Amino acid sequence: MTMVDPHASAPAAGIPSGGEAGIADVTAEAQPLRADVIKRFVRNPLAMAGLSFILFLILVAVFADLIAPYGFKESTQPRVSRAGPSSDHWFGTDIVGYDVFSRVVYGARISLRIGILATAMALTIGVLFGSAAGFFGGWIDSLLMRITDVFLSIPYIILAISIATVFGRSENSIILVLGLTGWLPISRIVRASFLGLKQLEYVEAATALGFSRRRIMFRHILPNALQPIIVYGTVSIGAVILSEAALSFLGVGPRPPTPAWGLMVAQAGSGSLASAPHILFFPGLAIFLTVLAFVFVGDGLRDALDPKLK
Amino acid sequence: MPSYILRRLLLLIPTIFFALSFLFFLFFVLPGDPAQLIAGGADRSPDPGVVARAADRYGLNDPILVQFANFWKRTLQWDLGESFINNRSVNDILGEKAPRSLRLAFWAVIIEIIIGISVGLVSAIRRYSLSDKLATVGTAAAAAVPAFVLGFILQYAFAVYPQKHDWPNWMQLKTSRLGPDSWAFFAFPMEDQWRYLILPAFTLAAVSTALAARMMRGSMLEVMRADYMRTARSKGLSERAIVMRHGLRNALIPVITLIGIDFATVIGSAVLTETVFSWPGIGSQIADSIGSRDLPVILGLTLVVVVTYSIVNLVVDLSYAWFDPRIRLGQGAEV
Repeated sequence: MTMVDPHASAPAAGIPSGGEAGIADVTAEAQPLRADVIKRFVRNPLAMAGLSFILFLILVAVFADLIAPYGFKESTQPRVSRAGPSSDHWFGTDIVGYDVFSRVVYGARISLRIGILATAMALTIGVLFGSAAGFFGGWIDSLLMRITDVFLSIPYIILAISIATVFGRSENSIILVLGLTGWLPISRIVRASFLGLKQLEYVEAATALGFSRRRIMFRHILPNALQPIIVYGTVSIGAVILSEAALSFLGVGPRPPTPAWGLMVAQAGSGSLASAPHILFFPGLAIFLTVLAFVFVGDGLRDALDPKLK
Repeated sequence: MPSYILRRLLLLIPTIFFALSFLFFLFFVLPGDPAQLIAGGADRSPDPGVVARAADRYGLNDPILVQFANFWKRTLQWDLGESFINNRSVNDILGEKAPRSLRLAFWAVIIEIIIGISVGLVSAIRRYSLSDKLATVGTAAAAAVPAFVLGFILQYAFAVYPQKHDWPNWMQLKTSRLGPDSWAFFAFPMEDQWRYLILPAFTLAAVSTALAARMMRGSMLEVMRADYMRTARSKGLSERAIVMRHGLRNALIPVITLIGIDFATVIGSAVLTETVFSWPGIGSQIADSIGSRDLPVILGLTLVVVVTYSIVNLVVDLSYAWFDPRIRLGQGAEV
């Protein structure tokens, strides 16, 4: 799902992402061809490393049942708790006596599911609202800007934990929370792109041809506004996984014994630091590498799509 | 310009009003009866008489709109209510915890400015060099590591491990809690205080330092291409004067804005950092209160955070025009 989208090679290169109305900046730059974009992306070692890690993680998540020697809530036999890493238990065992390696493997499913679904939800809402605001302007635009003002004035983590407290502790409610809070910046990015693009000549031409507004918005403008959305969306999957870990850590995420990585770190707690740091280290490392991989791929996409920013 | 400031200030009022009202109603639909909570905890079954008295005392039987009106009435008089858990006034809690969070945030921002700007600057001047590549990977890593994981790793490396292996005392930092709480001039650690301050301050600063460094690099690269830089070079100025006097000054503008806006990242990450280090500030208090459903404390502290954040953002926007007179605020500059 991180492949370069063909639409992204359309001439949106001059759109400043996230900035205020970048009207003056919209010029039809030399169109980066799709092959060029892929070539630039493939030549970026960090992006390729990130992409490989993500593919690896997807395989781990899909084949978790085959890879993990134990279930995620299956006690080791004989039951040993806080055992250090060994050939029997690669990542050691935790306080309850579960195999940490198995739990980290199953955790990949949870993180990826939450990351991808919540980002998809945020993108859908953000693109709908942002494109409506940018295209129609007027009161719809003002209303949307004021709504995002209100929610962006609450620091993100406080907003997320507040909503999570209301929705209860489960995987699905975390997806809702992160999806419902994540669309705010996306809608602003999309709005800014639409504000610039709707003044271009091909939109005028489409209007003159009598196309419906919906067709112009989604078939003509949106494909050209996709570039910043793709970059933001990729980085956003990592950011969502990070937020999920933070919420789990603060005790408003899924309940134990769900093998969410953040929850595993929280359950180990500072108490295990002296005696069994591995309980905390491995799930922490998993979060770190996953988020880093998405950031690298996002950066790589940005540089490949718009090399002048590098 | 003055009318622009006034307009922005007026816009702040509805923004803050709706943000807080949203949280008020959000917490009102929380499962669990607050009166039960006050009377004896959520999971036990307290005496119904005590529950009734608690509900009466806090006006929890009133219709929600009456409670909503009362909430705003006392909030506007700067009475933030009292805790459901221990009856402490939220104003008192704020007075006790806010300075601690501010001290931590102060040092985090100092770290962000010093390290973030210098790393970004070196990265830009020595573009594509080894140090630039290391900085790119390092800043991405610092932005990707969750505050709670970084906090625990730092605790392990600088406090738990040295302690376990009996390193000399001067090499050991402290894992958690506030420490002696002794400060000079509000924010300067005295005695052993620095041992308690340094790890949470670096943890808190990590993400924003990384962002500042990336922003500084991008901004400096852009400035280096500017015409006035070529002019400065053609005047025969030393490279140092060109970079410092002409480049850095202009490149700093967006970075300063970022550092201001980043106040939100600092607040958000403070919730995690303070929890990991048991630093008794506003962040860990909000996390605790959400855990125990202590609504007045959550609402009161969040109010302060939202107001501070909004004002900082406004000041940052205004400073933008101050640093770069070409930017004109007001007409045509949609906020």
